[in-house]
Amino acid sequence: MSASTPTNAPAQVLRPDRRRNRLGYNILALVTAALMAFPVYWLIVSSLRPNHEIRSYDQTLWPSSLTFDNFARAVKQDNFATAIQSSLIVSVTAVVGGMIIATLAALAIGRFRFFGRKALMMIMILVQMLPPTAMLIPIYLQLNALGGIDEYWGLIVVYLVSTLPFATIMIRGFVINIPVELEESAMVDGCTRMGAFRRVIFPLLAPGLAAASIFALVNAWNEYLFAYILINDNSKYTLNVWLMTFTTERGTDYGALMAASTLISIPVVIFFMIIQGKMATGLTSGAVKG
Amino acid sequence: MTAADTKAAGPPVPVPRVPEKTGISPSGQEADGPRPKKRRKKGELLPYFLILPAILAIAAVYVYPLIKTVIMSFQDLGRAALWGNGETPWVGFEQFTNILGDPEFWAVVGRTVVFMTICVVLTMGIGLLIALMMLKVSTWVRLVLTVALIAAWSMPLMVAASVFRWLSDSDYGLINTLLADITGDEDRWLGHNWFLDPWQGFGIITLLVVWGAIPFVVITMYAALTQVPKELEEAASLDGATAFGVYRFVTWPVIKPVFTMVATLSVIWDFNVFGQIWLLRGNKPEPEYETLGLYSFSKAFESTSFSQGSAIALITVLMLSGVAVYYLRQLIKTGEVE
Repeated sequence: MSASTPTNAPAQVLRPDRRRNRLGYNILALVTAALMAFPVYWLIVSSLRPNHEIRSYDQTLWPSSLTFDNFARAVKQDNFATAIQSSLIVSVTAVVGGMIIATLAALAIGRFRFFGRKALMMIMILVQMLPPTAMLIPIYLQLNALGGIDEYWGLIVVYLVSTLPFATIMIRGFVINIPVELEESAMVDGCTRMGAFRRVIFPLLAPGLAAASIFALVNAWNEYLFAYILINDNSKYTLNVWLMTFTTERGTDYGALMAASTLISIPVVIFFMIIQGKMATGLTSGAVKG
Repeated sequence: MTAADTKAAGPPVPVPRVPEKTGISPSGQEADGPRPKKRRKKGELLPYFLILPAILAIAAVYVYPLIKTVIMSFQDLGRAALWGNGETPWVGFEQFTNILGDPEFWAVVGRTVVFMTICVVLTMGIGLLIALMMLKVSTWVRLVLTVALIAAWSMPLMVAASVFRWLSDSDYGLINTLLADITGDEDRWLGHNWFLDPWQGFGIITLLVVWGAIPFVVITMYAALTQVPKELEEAASLDGATAFGVYRFVTWPVIKPVFTMVATLSVIWDFNVFGQIWLLRGNKPEPEYETLGLYSFSKAFESTSFSQGSAIALITVLMLSGVAVYYLRQLIKTGEVE
């Protein structure tokens, strides 16, 4: 952060009008921050509000008291535990599989020049741009024919491939920042090619893998459309689909919905915090080399 | 916060980056070992083994279904054929002529394009303004703003949609209460249903989409803006350029490629908005809320005409392919694909 702030000496002595300008910008920026964060605030506050305030015609910005009743109702909702389980199974398996395949492809693209390399990258980028709704119908029909509806593996395969292009391109960025000389000297010292990979490349690749896998995990964790279409069995719903169970014919239990939403968001927020740090690491290593 | 941060953002991220050495030079392989001939031969096959799993996976989930979409759109695949009773008849271009001759389809296309345009213009405009503002504020304010942006960004789509549904609820929504308090017109706003009138309903949906997309745009554009050389800007203003002049002739040329690519991505994302509308309309979007994605979905799964749905999806892909190719060309230009 600080590296990007202009720190030239003359700018330190701000003229009064520039200082007033900065004050204006600061206020504007804080208002923007408040507006951007407001839905997040409203999510948390609503999840902690007593139910009579949730179902009030006169909403207030501050809660009069805080309670965990909504969380209790959310957790007691049918299929909460199985939804967590489904989300974990599907996301983790998809990410692990995706990372292995992406690393292999990234090594090929980053380390070798071969016929079709550029075409492969273009295909990956184009694939990413396909609207998921366009793929939904054929994927549904195909999985239906293979007996993959209501099965975890169907969802796993879809998530695995949907994060594959991004993960490959991202890991490739880390691969090309590892000097080939490191690998070569390991091999001169008697390592096999695999040995050189395991002892030299893999440790250097770890931050990139971590970042890419967290990104893929967040994506799989947040996905809704395919989970909704491919899984019809209540006991196999993923968390995002499970959120719909708070809306019934009689209306929506917003308190419990907000509490459940908060619970689902917590892991994502934590992952995002981690990814920011990892990104900075990846960046510095790139900058030093560049 | 520089280029690589934005890698967390989503699909391939277009940010000018530190020039990097591309792959290896041909000499890299020659220096590989004592027996260059054998090495080189191995090196020719190895990359293909490495990319094989990726190719198979992409072919299974994207390429094959895409071909299938094309085939299906020339057939008449309904529920009966799906469950295996009877052959699927070939109908040639009938699905397409039906769809293209249907005024409802054109209404959906128009709605999708207008909605997408408004979302993209608002997202890019507000995003750029916030990014420019971030350059001018104190360090701690920038930190607060960044934290707020990341908080908004990290909210799962479905969670964000739930919150906006709650905010715009006709009986218990904060928006109605606030409007009643501000205008003093309780009869007008309390109990007001935002989704009766599609224009108002799309207003709320736009709010959700733009709010959700701004963090990515701001953080990417800010990363690009920090790469504008400060000396150039100072020199320009010393030479008497106005603030706008400096922006127009110094800042803009540097950030333009990034801006174009983020805008292109936004076009594609906003053209395919699905979950936000779906959830805000309680899983049962009325026809007047259908954009192309939802329209194709409801044709396929509710009218159980998978062929109609496929044909609409295919038309959507064709409409977007121009944008996609443009995006790819930008990536090649900035050296992201080399």
